[in-house]
Amino acid sequence: MNKKHIYGLVAALLLPFQSLLAQDSSLLKMLNDSASADQHQELVTGTFKATQLVNMPTIESPARQNLQFLIMHRFGKLNQGAYELFGLDNASIRFGLDYGISDRLSVGIGRSSLDKAFDGSVKWKILQQYNTGMPISVSLNEVVNNYTQKYADKPYLDAKYRTSYTSQLLIARKFSRNLSLELMPSWVHYNLTPTPDDKTNVFVMSAGGRMKITKRMSIDAEYNYLLPNQVVSYKVYNTLSLGLDIETGGHVFQLVFTNAGGMAAPYYLAKADGSWGKGDIFFGFNISRNFNFRKRK
Amino acid sequence: MKYLYMVLLAGVAAAPAKAQTYMTRNGEAGFYSKTPMEDIKAENKQVYAAIDRTKKTVAFTLLMRNFLFEKQLMQDHFNENYAESDKFPRAQFAGTYTGDVPATPGTYPVQVSGKLTIHGVTKDVQMPATLEVQGDKLTGKTQFSVDPNDYNIKIPALVREKIAAKIDVKVNAACQAVK
Repeated sequence: MNKKHIYGLVAALLLPFQSLLAQDSSLLKMLNDSASADQHQELVTGTFKATQLVNMPTIESPARQNLQFLIMHRFGKLNQGAYELFGLDNASIRFGLDYGISDRLSVGIGRSSLDKAFDGSVKWKILQQYNTGMPISVSLNEVVNNYTQKYADKPYLDAKYRTSYTSQLLIARKFSRNLSLELMPSWVHYNLTPTPDDKTNVFVMSAGGRMKITKRMSIDAEYNYLLPNQVVSYKVYNTLSLGLDIETGGHVFQLVFTNAGGMAAPYYLAKADGSWGKGDIFFGFNISRNFNFRKRK
Repeated sequence: MKYLYMVLLAGVAAAPAKAQTYMTRNGEAGFYSKTPMEDIKAENKQVYAAIDRTKKTVAFTLLMRNFLFEKQLMQDHFNENYAESDKFPRAQFAGTYTGDVPATPGTYPVQVSGKLTIHGVTKDVQMPATLEVQGDKLTGKTQFSVDPNDYNIKIPALVREKIAAKIDVKVNAACQAVK
């Protein structure tokens, strides 16, 4: 047996062990490599916790076959004094039901005590944010509002005149796990305005966001800027609303401070009669409860 | 001498062909939490798992986001509040098993021990498992329980009664021989 053969033998004997050693330490590495090679872009979820920021809708809607029951409640103005218990004696409420037809399409109905108004809406998620690629989520929200408050002196006010339409484009981005911002241009069309000087088509630009402060709590803020010279016969204010979200299992509970008394479009967009400066601040809360009708196999 | 050398070499060359590594991309992992208040169950059917029969090693890795819950809201809460899937996207395990697993078809009990990583925390764990030999298929099955506290997953008092203290975990990976 010469030297060459001995080297050959040793090499031949060692070769399988070498490959075994490599395998041993790299079983998990092999899996992770293969998993990351197969990985696709991921949908960004949880941009907002609730379907509404404070009053404004968010890009979120109930998941498929999920029904959300939303109770929005606003007390009277804080500046009403001790006699009215700082507004707590008066309250206005809106009930809403929203149902997810698909994960991207939902329909909703609501009833507000203010003006005894009904509203119906359709929300459609046009674009969804991904971790790579699409940087934003965009939803379209269409609302039709009809108020049924009776006025003895206005017999001509039939259903057509009581109806308004609101279209909102909701553009949002989740910047980090804690911060999401949203830009919301809205267009309101009234079938009838109080005077001919008021515009039947009203444009509003809104912005808002959510900042998480703990895992289950976040602060929300939104501001609506009503473009000038559109509503002239009565005084309206731009709305500023602040909310504190507390998440508990199937509920989202929001404490709210806002200068808009109404909780449905177009009330909070273009009919806010309160001014923060004068203390016309409505305290209130939103509570949403989710019901799931979907069984995953 | 030359013959011996050639036979040895042939043997070495043949070894990788009947490699003892088995792998799958669609293993299943599920967990179950049962309380009088609420039953929570989630399944992940995109588990990557591998078994090396020569070295008696096993490993699996999965994306937390791929756990599907019955309720979308539960899934959102799981990812956002408990698993923190954005920070800790993966759970994984690597370890070894003891016990004889002959090449003849059948189901063999083994004892697995190794390191389980969830939520960024790695713990030494041991669990009984079975390996089922079926032609070029090797199926690993195991069931064990996990205490969320061990992995720094805090359950707030508000929902403590809805989430079991020990979560039952099942893993089922039908691995194919790697060619």
